[in-house]
Formats: sequence, C-alpha cells, structure tokens
Amino acid sequence: MTLGPHAEFILAAYGACALVIVALTAWILFEKRSLEKTLGRLSARFEASKTDKNS
Amino acid sequence: MDNDTEYGTRIDDQETFGLEFIMQLLAFANPTRFLKFVQVVLRPLAILAIATIAAGLYLGFVAPEDYQQGSTVRIMYIHVPAAWLSMFCYSLMAISALGTLVWKHPLADVSAKAAAPIGAAFTLIALLTGSLWGKPMWGTYWEWDARMTSVLILFIMYIGLIALWKAIEDPILAGKACAILTLVGAINLPVIKFSVEWWNSLHQPASVLRLDGPTIHPSLLTPLLISAIGFTLLFFTLHMMAMRNEILSRRIRTLRLKAAAAPITRQPATQEPTS
Repeated sequence: MTLGPHAEFILAAYGACALVIVALTAWILFEKRSLEKTLGRLSARFEASKTDKNS
Repeated sequence: MDNDTEYGTRIDDQETFGLEFIMQLLAFANPTRFLKFVQVVLRPLAILAIATIAAGLYLGFVAPEDYQQGSTVRIMYIHVPAAWLSMFCYSLMAISALGTLVWKHPLADVSAKAAAPIGAAFTLIALLTGSLWGKPMWGTYWEWDARMTSVLILFIMYIGLIALWKAIEDPILAGKACAILTLVGAINLPVIKFSVEWWNSLHQPASVLRLDGPTIHPSLLTPLLISAIGFTLLFFTLHMMAMRNEILSRRIRTLRLKAAAAPITRQPATQEPTS
C-alpha cells in the first residue's frame, strides 16, 4: 500500500491526532495520580484530627 | 367504566415505569456509586475503544482509494469522527447544562466540566486534520468560510468555558455560570451543521447523515463508521476518567474547607475569658 503524492499530509494528520489524544490521556492520568495523592494525605490528616478531638 | 379503569391502570403503569427509570438514573447521581460504576466499566470500555479504532483505521488503510482524492481520503477516518465528536460533546454539555439549571442533578456540572477539555481536543483534531486535508485538495490550509469559521468558534467556546470554570472558585456558582454560557453557545451547533447548505462553502456538504442516505461507497463508509464508533467509545472512556478526577477534586475542596473551618469552631472553647 502506498500513500501517494500527499503522504506527508496523511502522516501529519494521523500524527497530530495521535499527539492530541496521547497528551489528553496523559494529562487526565497524571491529574488522577496527583489528586489521589492529595486526597489520601488530606483524609489521613482529617482522620487524625478527628481522633485527637475525640480523645 | 371498564375503559376508564383500564385507561387509569395504563397511566399508573406508565407512571410507575417512569418513576423506576428516574430512580435508576438518580442512583448514579450519587458520586460514590458513580465512582464504583466507573471502576468496573472503565478498563473493558478502554480496551473495546482501542480495538475498535484499530480495526476502523486498519480497514480504512486497506480500503480502496477515492477516485478523485486518491489516498488523501484516508484522513477522513480521523477527521470525520473528530468533527462529529466535537459537536456531540458540546450537545452533551448543553444537556448537562439543563441538568444543572433545571433539575440540579449533582453530577450534571461535573459531567459538563469534565467534557469541555475533551471536546476542545476533538475540535482541535478536526481543525488540524481538516487543514492538512484541505491543503492538497483545495490548495489552502485555511479559508474563512462558514463551516471552518463556525468550528473555530466552537473551539473558542470550549476554551472560554474552561477559562470561566477556572476563574470562579465556587464550583456551584461556576457550574451555573458555565451552564448559561453553554446554552447560549449551543446556537452554534445548527450553524455548524447547516453552514454548508446555507452559504457557499469550500467544505463539501454532508455525505453520511443525509435524508436520502449516504453518498459514500460502502467500501469507504464501513471503515468510517467503525472508526466513528471507536472514537465515540474513546470519548466515553476519557469522559468517565475526567469525571472521576472532578469528583476527587471536589472531595479535596470539601476536606480543605472543613480543615479551614475547624480551628474557628474550636477557638471559643480553648480561649480564656479576658475580663
């Protein structure tokens, strides 16, 4: 299979599409990891303060 | 009388069915339940999306060339699904906006906020791939014609909504403001769809969703539809992931507010009288 005389435009289009989707997915995954870390830290601190208050 | 009773019973049945359906929908309004649902569904959905896109693009590359455009027609297998999703995503946001303003559904503005960057990404893909398709076919990367300009406005709307959400700190207030702007911006959707019919446009008219049926040969249409289904599944996968992030983000905000409020409520009990 050949891509013809406009191969660079076809490859650039597929490359741009892949780049945008990979960047979006990576951003969502990176944000999830960061949010889970922050939530874990805050939850632990909140539980500790509740225990202190009760004791 | 019998007829009246029967009619009354039918109404009751319909109402019961309607109530059950609403109750089932409301069950997912609970963020904890939604997160559990996402945990179960996400991985199979992602695998299915990747497999379907791979199949669609493979079939697109082994499909015959277009008699006029040659191999350049293969850009269609990413451009058309991206363009379709750019409008579908905004429609979803408009429905979510109604959910926020009318029904005050707890997940409606979470859904709208999570969808905006994904919609912007698919609109960007549609603009980039359209431009790269236009250069060899029309001799230009860009023309200020109705279809291209209205899609560019859609992209700017997405960016504006993302900026507005970032600018207002209170998520409930931000959700309401963005819902109003989303509904105002929805007027652009029929303009995009019918721009090629209302004005003289460089862009070709619709060739898949037509009243008289598609005008594309089945050998090109089948891979296009498979690719479109795959990209739609990818959209739902990314949307669920982004909604999960937004729920986590709101939980963090709640914990921070509780932590900030805690010393103020405890202060009077620990302070000694000054007199």
